[in-house]
Amino acid sequence: MGKLEIRNLSKAFPREDGSSLVVLDNISLEVQDKEFVCILGSSGCGKTTLLRMIAGLDSAESGSIVLDGEKMKGTDARVGMVFQEYSLFPWRSVIDNIAFGLEMQGMTKDDRYRLAERYLKLVNLTQFRDSYPSELSGGMRQRVAVARALALDPVLLLMDEPFGALDAQTRNMLQKELLEIWEATKKTVVFITHSVDEAVFLSDRIIVLTPRPGRICQVFPVDLSRPRDRTSPAFAQVRREVLDLINLNCSIQ
Amino acid sequence: MDEVSTIAGKVQRVKDHWPGILAIILTLIAWHCYAIFLIRNRFLLPGPVDVFFAFIALLQKGVLLSDFRVSLIHFAIGLGGALLIGIPIGIVMGWNSRMDAFLNPIIEILRPIPPLAWIPFAIIWFGFTPVSAGFVIFMGAVFPILINTYTGFRGVSRIFVEAGRMLGCTRTRDQIRYIAFPAALPSVISGIRIATGVGWMCLVAAELFGVSNNGLGKDLWFFYDLHQMDSVVVYMILLGLIGLVIDMIFRYYIEGRFLKWRTGEVA
Repeated sequence: MGKLEIRNLSKAFPREDGSSLVVLDNISLEVQDKEFVCILGSSGCGKTTLLRMIAGLDSAESGSIVLDGEKMKGTDARVGMVFQEYSLFPWRSVIDNIAFGLEMQGMTKDDRYRLAERYLKLVNLTQFRDSYPSELSGGMRQRVAVARALALDPVLLLMDEPFGALDAQTRNMLQKELLEIWEATKKTVVFITHSVDEAVFLSDRIIVLTPRPGRICQVFPVDLSRPRDRTSPAFAQVRREVLDLINLNCSIQ
Repeated sequence: MDEVSTIAGKVQRVKDHWPGILAIILTLIAWHCYAIFLIRNRFLLPGPVDVFFAFIALLQKGVLLSDFRVSLIHFAIGLGGALLIGIPIGIVMGWNSRMDAFLNPIIEILRPIPPLAWIPFAIIWFGFTPVSAGFVIFMGAVFPILINTYTGFRGVSRIFVEAGRMLGCTRTRDQIRYIAFPAALPSVISGIRIATGVGWMCLVAAELFGVSNNGLGKDLWFFYDLHQMDSVVVYMILLGLIGLVIDMIFRYYIEGRFLKWRTGEVA
């Protein structure tokens, strides 16, 4: 299971002059089990803050986050995260990065390597088992980060613009791979992006945020069948609709 | 890189180093000529040949080896103590900003005191024991280790700690052990490397000033009193070479073993 409910979530950061900056204003949304949801918004709209709060890395001002009927407090073993920047531990080899969470759980070396190797295979990096992150390309590093998050078998996978720093070709390839992994493992995914194209390609539903303060502007279901062809007219049509909608309703006020 | 033990590899290595070897040979020749033809006074400047025979004589007497052993004990006590004290304090200060604010003034007041200024108290507190010389070395070595550990921990990227938290590394002890310490290790190791250099210099001075009855620094002084300057040069060269070897161990063994993940990074 992996049903996420966010109710009336608000967050403000204090400013130098004593006032406070409202980053998220009364966000409520539901993500169904095994659903792939993209949160789309321009930079500064609070989408990363929203994800960090779901992850338990930031605390909310008010409101609640509920996963499978259980209110979340702090970080949670049921939630995995792939960060925007390279968050792999550079002092650990690929296999030891993937096995890190299992090591924290106290699993023996043999067991955790056996499990980690499964996820290594899932992201097609078997031959880089003993490499260090510094020896990998950007795309490979993010693949390892995905494997590392999945190794703990979370019900909810959070992804914070994980492919934002990659070139277009690599990004498209990783998007395809991510969908394959998602089909195979059936996690609930909340994926942050500022790319309409990426959101339309990946998600079941797109949630568009407006900035300052971050509010949900529109929820947009994507009813295209998978695998999606980003060059098809249907895909282009959906993308246009989303873009029009953003320009009409969700631009910066 | 491990398989460079082939003959071709050795030849290549000699080729790579020959300008340096040539420079050493030229220096020896120049030294020899200068001492023999210009100074012509073994007390003012012993030549390389004198030094070599003095070295043989000292080796036969067996002094060198026992001096070496004693000095190494002094050094080990000082450096060991510096690691034991410097790393934990550096960790605590680097991890916890309240401890940082609390301890920082004391550290900043003690740190600029030259280690040799502790010699009187070293003698009063520890007498003429190895601990006494070790203490002076400790005072020289502890601050580079402490400061570098501190700096390393301060610089640990927040994203590593957060990634760790998402993977179930939530206890402070685990975060230090599994994330902050390995992330800070390059800085810690370079601190230790600086500390070995400073410590080695303090060693000679500590022994020189009578904190010890034995050791390389002590006997350097002893032979000066006897006006055997060729023996003094033997000790000088030995001290330099041992310092070099300690540093090489760091450069090639420690860094190669613990920081091999940094190859390929711009460090």
